[in-house]
Amino acid sequence: MPTDRIQYVYHKDNLQKSEPTRTKPEDLKSEEMIINLGPQHPSTHGVLRLEVITDGEFVKEVIPHMGYLHRCFEKHAENLPYNQIIPFVDRMDYLASMNSEHVYVMGLEKMLGIENTLPKRIEYIRVLVAELNRLASHFVAIGTYGIDIGAFTPFLWLMRDREHIQRLLEWVCGARMLYNYIWVGGLFYDLPVGFEERCADFIKYLKPKMKELEALVINNKIFIQRTANIGVLPLDLAINYGCSGPMLRGSGLKYDLRRVDGYSVYPELDFDIPVGKGDMGTIGDCWDRNYVRVLECYESIKIIEQCLVQLTGTHKRTREFDPQAMVPKKIRPKAMDFYVRGETPKGELGFYFRSTGNTDIPYRCKGRSPCFVNLSVINELSRNTMLADLIAIIGSIDVVMGEVDR
Amino acid sequence: MTFQEIKELIIQEFGAETVVAENLSGLQPILTIVKEKLPLIARFLWSNEKTYFDYLSCITAIDDLKTGTIEVVYNFYSIPYNHYFTLKVETSRGDENNLPLIPTLCEIYKTANWHEREAFDLFGIVFEGHPDLRRILLPADWEGYPLRKDYKEQEYYHGIKVAY
Repeated sequence: MPTDRIQYVYHKDNLQKSEPTRTKPEDLKSEEMIINLGPQHPSTHGVLRLEVITDGEFVKEVIPHMGYLHRCFEKHAENLPYNQIIPFVDRMDYLASMNSEHVYVMGLEKMLGIENTLPKRIEYIRVLVAELNRLASHFVAIGTYGIDIGAFTPFLWLMRDREHIQRLLEWVCGARMLYNYIWVGGLFYDLPVGFEERCADFIKYLKPKMKELEALVINNKIFIQRTANIGVLPLDLAINYGCSGPMLRGSGLKYDLRRVDGYSVYPELDFDIPVGKGDMGTIGDCWDRNYVRVLECYESIKIIEQCLVQLTGTHKRTREFDPQAMVPKKIRPKAMDFYVRGETPKGELGFYFRSTGNTDIPYRCKGRSPCFVNLSVINELSRNTMLADLIAIIGSIDVVMGEVDR
Repeated sequence: MTFQEIKELIIQEFGAETVVAENLSGLQPILTIVKEKLPLIARFLWSNEKTYFDYLSCITAIDDLKTGTIEVVYNFYSIPYNHYFTLKVETSRGDENNLPLIPTLCEIYKTANWHEREAFDLFGIVFEGHPDLRRILLPADWEGYPLRKDYKEQEYYHGIKVAY
C-alpha cells in the first residue's frame, strides 16, 4: 500500500480540537471533577457522550455532546425527490421506522391535497403497522431501561416478544427494521394473505406476557426504589423545554397528538391516553415515565385489535384492491411552507417542508426530532442527583441517537 | 384564535411597521416580522392570556440563495387553546466573516437553546444573547456551514479526505 493512502493522521490534540469539553479543568472548584461518560458506554443508549461535573458522588452539571451519528439527513433530503427520502426517514428513529414514515407521508399528502381521498383500508393498515412498531419501540425502551437499573430478565423477555413483531413486519414488507413500506398515496404492498389471523394470534399471546412484565419489573421493589422520586420533571418545565410523548405525559398532561390532531383513522378508534399519576413517588419521576410506556403498550394492543376487526370486516381484502393505485407518478406540491407533526413512540415528530413548486425535490426538509428536544432537559433532571441515578434518568428519557443526530 | 386575529393583536401592540409581510398562499399562513422585535413579540404571545403560546414546536432556518436572505421560522403552539402560529424573521445571508445576527428566544423558551445551536451549527446564524452558542452536531473544528446552499466541504479533516 502506498503511504498516501493512509486515511487518518493521528495527532494527540485531535480529540481536544474536535470534541472539547465545555468546562476547562482550571475553572473547576477544588472539590469538583469532570467525568466523561460515553460515547461507547452501553448505558448511554447509543453514542451519547456526557460531560459530567461531579462533587464526589453528586452530579453538579451534565453537558451532552452528540453528533457521532450525524448522517446529514437534511442535506440528503435537499438533493433527493420526495419519495426517495422515505428510506432516509426510516433511519432517523430506527426503532420506530413505520411511525416516522407515517408522519412524513402524511405531511406530503396534505401538501398534495390527497389526504382524504385514500381508501380506508390503506389508513387502517398504516395505523396497524405503526402501532405494531410502537409496541416494538416501547419494548426496547422498557427492556433496556431494566438493564440500566440492573434487571436483565425483562430485556430478554421483551426482546423475545419484539422478535415476533419484527417477523410480522418482515412478512409485510421484507425488512426487519427499515421498512420503506408506507408510500406517498398508498403502500408498497397489501398485507400478505393470512396476516390478520397471525397478528390476532400474536395479540392473544402477548396479553398475558404484559401482565408478567408488570409483575417482574414494574412492581418490583428494587426497581421502584431505583426509579421513584428520581429525575422529577415538573410539568411547566417539561412544556418550556418542548418535551413531548411519554416525557410530557409522564409529567401528568393528557396530551397525545393522535387525539389532539386526530390524524389518519385515530378519531374512529377507541383508546385512552395514559398519564403519570405519581403512584410510587412524585408525578413526573422516572418510574412514571416508564409506566406510561407500559400503559401505552396496552393501548396499542387495543388499537391493533380494532384495526384487525376493521381489516377483516368492513374493509376486508378484495381482489381489486391495489395499494399503489393512488400513488402519484410525480410528487410535486405547490410552492408552500408546511409543518407537519405526528405522534411517534418518542413524542412529537415534525417535518418542516419548503417546496418551490417547480421541482419534485424539496428546497428544505427539516426534521424536528422528539429525542433531540427531550434530551435537552437532561441537565435539569440530573442536577444534584447521585451519579448512579444519572443512568436511570438517561434510560427514562428513551433516546435513540439516530434521531438525535439525524 | 385565527391567524388574522393574532396578527391584529401584534399590530395593535407593536405598531404596523413591525409586520414586514404575510404569506397566505400555503396551507399554513406565515407572518414575517422585523427581527429586532422578535423577543418582545414572542414574550407577548407567550404571556398574553388570549394567545398563550406556551410550546415552541420547531425552529427552522432556511437559506434562500435567490433573494440572498436567511430565514428563521418559528412554529408556536398553544396547548390549552390548541391553536398554532408561524412567525418568520429574515436577515441577509452575510458570509464567513460577517455572520447574520438574530436575537435569541432562550430566555422565554428553554427549548430554543438547542434548536438555535443547531441553526448556528448548520447555517452559521449567530443568535445574540444565547448563553451557550457552540456547534452541536458537527465537530467543533469543522469549517463552514453545511446546509448553506453554496457550501463547499473542506478538502481534508484531520488528514481524512472529506469528499469521496
